[in-house]
Amino acid sequence: MLRLIARRIALGVLVALTVMTLAFLLTRLSGDLAVSIAGPQATQADVEIVRKAYGLDRPLYVQFFAWTGRAMVGDFGQSYFFKDSVANLIQKRLPITVTLGLVGLSLALIVSLPLGILAALRENTWIDRSVTLFTMVGQAVPSFWLALILMIVLGLQLGILPISGTGTWQHFVMPGIVLAFTAIPALTRLTRSGMIEAMASDYIRTARAKGLSRARIIFKHALRNAAIPVVSIAAVQLGFMLGGSIVIETVFALHGVGYLGWESIAKNDFPVVQAVVLVLAVFYIGLTLLADILNALLDPRLRTG
Amino acid sequence: MSALLEVEELQVSFGGRTAAVRGASFRVEKGETHCLVGESGCGKSVTALAVMSLLARGGQRSAKRMRFAGTDLMSLSDREMVRLRGNRIAMIFQEPMTSLNPAFTIGSQMAEVMTRHKGGTRAAALDRAAELMGRVGITAPGMRLGQFPHQLSGGLRQRVMIAMALMCDPELLIADEPTTALDVTVQAQILRLLAGLKRELGLSILLITHDLGIVARVADHVSVMYAGEVVERAPTAELFRAPQHPYTRGLLSCVPVPGRVQRDRPLGSIPGVVPAIGPGFAGCAFRSRCAHADETCTRTIPRRRAANAHDYLCRLEPDWAELQPA
Repeated sequence: MLRLIARRIALGVLVALTVMTLAFLLTRLSGDLAVSIAGPQATQADVEIVRKAYGLDRPLYVQFFAWTGRAMVGDFGQSYFFKDSVANLIQKRLPITVTLGLVGLSLALIVSLPLGILAALRENTWIDRSVTLFTMVGQAVPSFWLALILMIVLGLQLGILPISGTGTWQHFVMPGIVLAFTAIPALTRLTRSGMIEAMASDYIRTARAKGLSRARIIFKHALRNAAIPVVSIAAVQLGFMLGGSIVIETVFALHGVGYLGWESIAKNDFPVVQAVVLVLAVFYIGLTLLADILNALLDPRLRTG
Repeated sequence: MSALLEVEELQVSFGGRTAAVRGASFRVEKGETHCLVGESGCGKSVTALAVMSLLARGGQRSAKRMRFAGTDLMSLSDREMVRLRGNRIAMIFQEPMTSLNPAFTIGSQMAEVMTRHKGGTRAAALDRAAELMGRVGITAPGMRLGQFPHQLSGGLRQRVMIAMALMCDPELLIADEPTTALDVTVQAQILRLLAGLKRELGLSILLITHDLGIVARVADHVSVMYAGEVVERAPTAELFRAPQHPYTRGLLSCVPVPGRVQRDRPLGSIPGVVPAIGPGFAGCAFRSRCAHADETCTRTIPRRRAANAHDYLCRLEPDWAELQPA
């Protein structure tokens, strides 16, 4: 078990390093950074001053190692636009994105687990077909459209939820719902197919032959096995959610990391862009690691790996 | 002798189309091993699942009579049936590799049967589990309790299944092809184990198999099933000595039985396959494969009595010469 975790962590560090390199290179590929920082009205001389001031005249590998070296100790440099350190900016914005992600994932699990189980137990009935239809529609609805519809109905017509901003917990309800909807279809279908497979298995026949209660058969014996793929996918979905939060935070003007990333890309604030990409990547890696550990706890066959 | 399990005219159909069991009747006496034998697809497993009330969705059962220890199984509610399963009637299956839940330890899966039906603490149930594992010949039961199914071999898993079935001291053990998936040496060990349990615990066993070798070794009584019917019932020795139904004769000619088969004569075979039987089928289901078939075989077939506790379903008269005690 410990060996498994150690291996996964080592792998995660490698992935993080790769992402750092890519983030660094991609920002450089987007054009001459000195030109875009100096602005459209700048003269050639201004651009050269900017280039020197930001250290962009140094060879690429020097810039890269200087950045990675400082990033290792949590120093991501200064934002060009916000007049604050990148580390500070992210620290302020991160709790908002994490809250949004957790609200979204919790809502997604609260909806998709019962729906998936219900559909599996009522396979090929109208209940099952309604659930499948719901997941298909859910898959097809773009999140920004759903966000706007919710704003109109819940925010403007019924007036029960604020439509933008970060002030209170109510501000997280609508973005949470929209974010949850990006994961609900996949998680529901996965729960459904996992439960159908588990309920048809030999060990469930054994559990029934043992005279166990229906609740114990479903929630202990079947769900435990059906949950294994759900956990893996839920972690990946939460990763997608963090990415999706860029759209949702922008629509709802939630000042999280996603919104920060969007702003800094628009303003060519590349130290912030690099750091946001890295933070999201580290999150993703952490989630995958967590999913692996959870899966090893759920499925003893994975523990020896 | 009073029957522990009495099944009369059991019918099972799926979705009203396929008739899987068509009026099967047999009795399992207390303390005996009763074999249900037949080719695959003849309705043996479905019969067992119908007794347990564990038919897959869409399965419909009806019976003139189905009694277990004097209780009418047909009139039991689901709740009452659940209380019998794993408690007074236990069942083990053909596939030891997949019949245990991969996500839980052996100990937890064994203990839950006991705490479910008999109450008591988990610790007490684990003690009982360890004791029974020793009883079925598993060494180091304490260590095995903490292991997961994937850490055990097929033979060990089937022993675990048997030990788990014994947790509540059942009166009847239904074993559905318990050795089919195991290799021959392990097969022999498991059969010896079952025979020992029957002797020492007074357990009644309903053993389902397609293997006449197994029947010859462990059965007291045999019911031969064909296309959802019990076509012949007899004490084991008599069935092997004087089979009356052409199907039983055919089956026996397919396997080498000491004293019945001559060394230089080839083994027989039954031509064709078990036909699919729809509703409204009348007459003998074996007639399309039978050398003795004539037009009377399309009519209702009488059950003929060949001897005490020996009857069969055929238009042919018993062969009295063969039936004389040797």
